[in-house]
Amino acid sequence: MGWLFVGPATIHLAVFALIPMLYALVLSLYKFQLFRENPEFTGLRNYSLALTEEPFLNSLWHSFRFAIMSVPLGMALALGIALLVNQKLRGMAIFRTLFYIPAISSGVAISMLWIYVFLPDTGMINMATSLFGISSVDFLNRTEWAMLALVFMSMWVGLGPRMVLFLAGLVNIPTSLYEAAEIDGASNWRQFWNVTLPMLVPTTFFVLVTSTIGAMQIFTPVYMMTKGGPEESTDVVGYHIYNEAWVNFNTGLASAKSFILLAIIVVISIFQFRLMRSQIREFSAS
Amino acid sequence: MNLWRKNHWFHRAIGLVCLVAGLGLLPLFFDGYQKATVDSDIRLNIALVIGAVLLSVFGLCALLSGGIKKGFSYTTLISIAAFLMAPFVWMVLISLNPSKTPIPPISELIPRAVEKDAKNQPIMVPGPDGKPTEKVVIQPRWDNYDFVFNHPNLPVKRFFFNTVVVTLAVVIGQLFVTSLAAYAFARLKFKGRELLFMLFLGSMMFAGPVTQIPVYLLIRNLGWLDTYWALIIPGVSSAFSVFLLRQQFMSISPELDEAARMDGAGEFRIYSRIILPLSKAALATAGAFTFFGVWTDFFNPLIYTNSTEMRTLEVGLSIFKNSYGGTNWPLQMTAAVIVMLPLLVVFLFCQRFFVRGVMLGSIK
Repeated sequence: MGWLFVGPATIHLAVFALIPMLYALVLSLYKFQLFRENPEFTGLRNYSLALTEEPFLNSLWHSFRFAIMSVPLGMALALGIALLVNQKLRGMAIFRTLFYIPAISSGVAISMLWIYVFLPDTGMINMATSLFGISSVDFLNRTEWAMLALVFMSMWVGLGPRMVLFLAGLVNIPTSLYEAAEIDGASNWRQFWNVTLPMLVPTTFFVLVTSTIGAMQIFTPVYMMTKGGPEESTDVVGYHIYNEAWVNFNTGLASAKSFILLAIIVVISIFQFRLMRSQIREFSAS
Repeated sequence: MNLWRKNHWFHRAIGLVCLVAGLGLLPLFFDGYQKATVDSDIRLNIALVIGAVLLSVFGLCALLSGGIKKGFSYTTLISIAAFLMAPFVWMVLISLNPSKTPIPPISELIPRAVEKDAKNQPIMVPGPDGKPTEKVVIQPRWDNYDFVFNHPNLPVKRFFFNTVVVTLAVVIGQLFVTSLAAYAFARLKFKGRELLFMLFLGSMMFAGPVTQIPVYLLIRNLGWLDTYWALIIPGVSSAFSVFLLRQQFMSISPELDEAARMDGAGEFRIYSRIILPLSKAALATAGAFTFFGVWTDFFNPLIYTNSTEMRTLEVGLSIFKNSYGGTNWPLQMTAAVIVMLPLLVVFLFCQRFFVRGVMLGSIK
């Protein structure tokens, strides 16, 4: 009976996730180009090719850099704003709604908007800074700025869901803990460090893992805004694999690369899980 | 320290003083900014103008809320909101400027035009110095929206239609398929249940990057490329929805369905008559998430369709953007607003489900 209910979803899972995964594994062992159908078995050669190919390694490094900047900064911002909107004040629902809006908008429209925001001379940021007499910067066409621009934008887009998650974590902290801290004479600052933060560890872990997985796969803004440029400085791995698969049509090689990415994401997630578990143990021991 | 008690007149008085001071200083500093010639003076005066604005906002908030601390909180929140919303405000303002104009500086961002009389002659009014000047009125160019919606080269209405068809089909199909599975995971005992559920969760977390090529090949071999099937069928189940609905179904008291079972109701009857009606909010949550996921999906329509007629809004917008390159920002921003507006409306209607979904999704 149970299998009858779960049947459609399971068939779907098998056809569109599990079998494709296995098939991708098989593809990654072939020298195979889409639209040129004679695959040639080459074993692990695609993997060794990928791991010695400088553009691919660079793209991994770019994604890693993007994640390591955007995730902690974005989480800190979201936590700060969650603390702000967690106050019991009239009209707070309006602010929560406003802060969520960037996250619901379409990726392409948002990218167009931010191309404009980052424009030299007439863009929003440059117009604002020019009031202070700061000279114009072409953010998306300067190697030292393009990645930072993407980080900045992703913090803006990612704020809403992260804020709501932290808010859920904050609401779930029993008030008795704060009352006890109050009796012990702990200042607001100490309450934050010794009650709020430790109680938020599970939430933080969840936000960290999902944000990192998302950040390692960022695609649409890069495709729309920088096309991996300038000078490949924003050629992140998601965009790199897209090009390998759908522009160069190196299907086998692209599959191998996507498995390498998958392995990296799994390893990072496990590492973060370990880190958080030790953190929780430390807290419950003290 | 009686003066600091909450809601005391003292707080309101300080608020009033700050408001008056802020509003009074604002024109002074603004004048200073306009007259300043040296860079350092300009910067100083801008900082002062911003300070005066913040001071008056704080004063107003403290005055209205009757608390200095509250006033600070509101001022911070309003500043952040202004900062976050500014790109949207700019977007809308630019979209209302005449098509093909270059991006105007901040002071001319609000679309204005010289008012003309019936004979197409500019109407003259006395200016500030007494001399007659042209009468300038605010004139939003709504015809930009008309132009983009009925674009001569791009079937924008067709993009809309495609997006609506695909999104509705996926939402309805997915709710049915995933609620059935969630019912099984929450209520029915069967062999391999835990293992299967782990598979669902695992695929939710990790399958993304590796499946695109094989799924493309599958769709091509089925002959579905460039059809609605290619956009609908891969979306009719989602591990996330299964997870979310299972969470909700488990929170319904099992006594309810035990009673129905005693009365001889079958599992499908319990599912459709008891569990589903009690889970409307969760279904709406899952539906809302799917709606936004599908409506704003860029990657799948990009790969699975290739004729302009089969594109969705999201891909259509990127085609639109590419056809204008870095020019004609008013039209580009108009197109972006047209794509975003339905999303905003739907979001405002179902935001409580949204917030719920994000929270439900985090409980593991």
